[in-house]
Amino acid sequence: MAWTREQMAERAAKELEDGFYVNLGIGIPTLVSNYVPSDYDITLQSENGMMGMGPFPTEDEIDADLINAGKQTITELNRSSYFSSSASFAMIRGGHIDLSVLGAMEVAQNGDLANWMIPGKLVKGMGGAMDLVSGVKRIVVVMDHTNKKGETKVLKECTLPLTGQGVVDLIITDLGVMEVRDNGLALIELAPDVTVEEVQAKTDADLTIDLAA
Amino acid sequence: MKKVYASAVEALEGLVFDGMTIAVGGFGLCGIPENLIIALRETGVKDITVVSNNCGVDDFGMGLLLQTRQIKKMVSSYVGENAEFMRQYLSGELELEFNPQGTLAERLRAGGAGIPGFYTKTGVGTIIAEGKEHKDFDGETYILERGIKTDLAIVKAWKGDEKGNLTYRKTAMNFNPECATAGKVTLAEVEEIVPVGSLDKMAIHTPEVYVQRMIQGEHEKRIEQRTVRAG
Repeated sequence: MAWTREQMAERAAKELEDGFYVNLGIGIPTLVSNYVPSDYDITLQSENGMMGMGPFPTEDEIDADLINAGKQTITELNRSSYFSSSASFAMIRGGHIDLSVLGAMEVAQNGDLANWMIPGKLVKGMGGAMDLVSGVKRIVVVMDHTNKKGETKVLKECTLPLTGQGVVDLIITDLGVMEVRDNGLALIELAPDVTVEEVQAKTDADLTIDLAA
Repeated sequence: MKKVYASAVEALEGLVFDGMTIAVGGFGLCGIPENLIIALRETGVKDITVVSNNCGVDDFGMGLLLQTRQIKKMVSSYVGENAEFMRQYLSGELELEFNPQGTLAERLRAGGAGIPGFYTKTGVGTIIAEGKEHKDFDGETYILERGIKTDLAIVKAWKGDEKGNLTYRKTAMNFNPECATAGKVTLAEVEEIVPVGSLDKMAIHTPEVYVQRMIQGEHEKRIEQRTVRAG
């Protein structure tokens, strides 16, 4: 059975290491914060200018001056700090953030990522995604393996405008986990009851099979 | 020199002209200069180029200036919350220049700091890099991005003293400090004007030299995504 959104987030949380500074994208990536091991010291950065994001507020705690990069209301922690946008992106672009988890429309076998634009249709903008993929030390993509039409999102080459070139390190989909290596993608884990054949059938990219024993 | 004005409309007097560029602070609807945006609408200034991370929503923030067709061009990183924006853009009425968010922040910071350009990895290999100078440093490729200076900047702070020293509150800071430095003239609106000396001198984010005029205003502080947990 393929992984649910929550299970994909739970799998992505295994990429965290104690002490990491992490930026989570909007959607499934946001759910990763629910699966942080309790004995880990993980600090969430929000690119609109905050280090140390707390959980969503209760009705009484809502503060219009305190939002995350998805414009959702959030809370602060004792250890939180605030800073301006250029200071925030200095952390990101300067290589000070350990890990970013992002959604994607397409990923290619060389690590190319497309997640910001469908020409003529979706014109919203890249926000901070291009800065994150070019500056953060490790990029993990979490997405469904296929789109709503059933077409694969794991390609030899991206067809949509790129967010970054050769930037993705790991891809977690509802079907399994793939690592971006010098010679292409390696399938390293399968979701329960998903077969190698199913992943291969739903993947356009060249795929090496390297499942842990 | 007296910097405090009685109203947003008075504060804008003599500063606006058609075709001008304006940097506007804020992230989404958080920390936007609500009163100065409304006053800009009142001036009727048109063909503006606006440098701002977002463009408000249909009926609030910068969306108000879209309704009145005062904006010719937006320089932004994300405009997904605004149906009228999309309509004007797709019909060719509105020009749009997308900048990666960090590039936009750094362009404003650089412009305000007298730095005409800088190299960054962000956008290399994407359509953002098209037509820009590429240069290799230490085996990696970077693109040249230009600093931004604007005719005017409008920003929102929490508290400001009568000299123009500003303190921002929580994530309402966002692009405001960068915009304040990038404007040839900067107007600040604050929730409270306090006497000189009453702000914590070690917590002034924008020193007075960047601020030429200021007003105190009422703020609706509309919330875009009200998200709560069970309490």
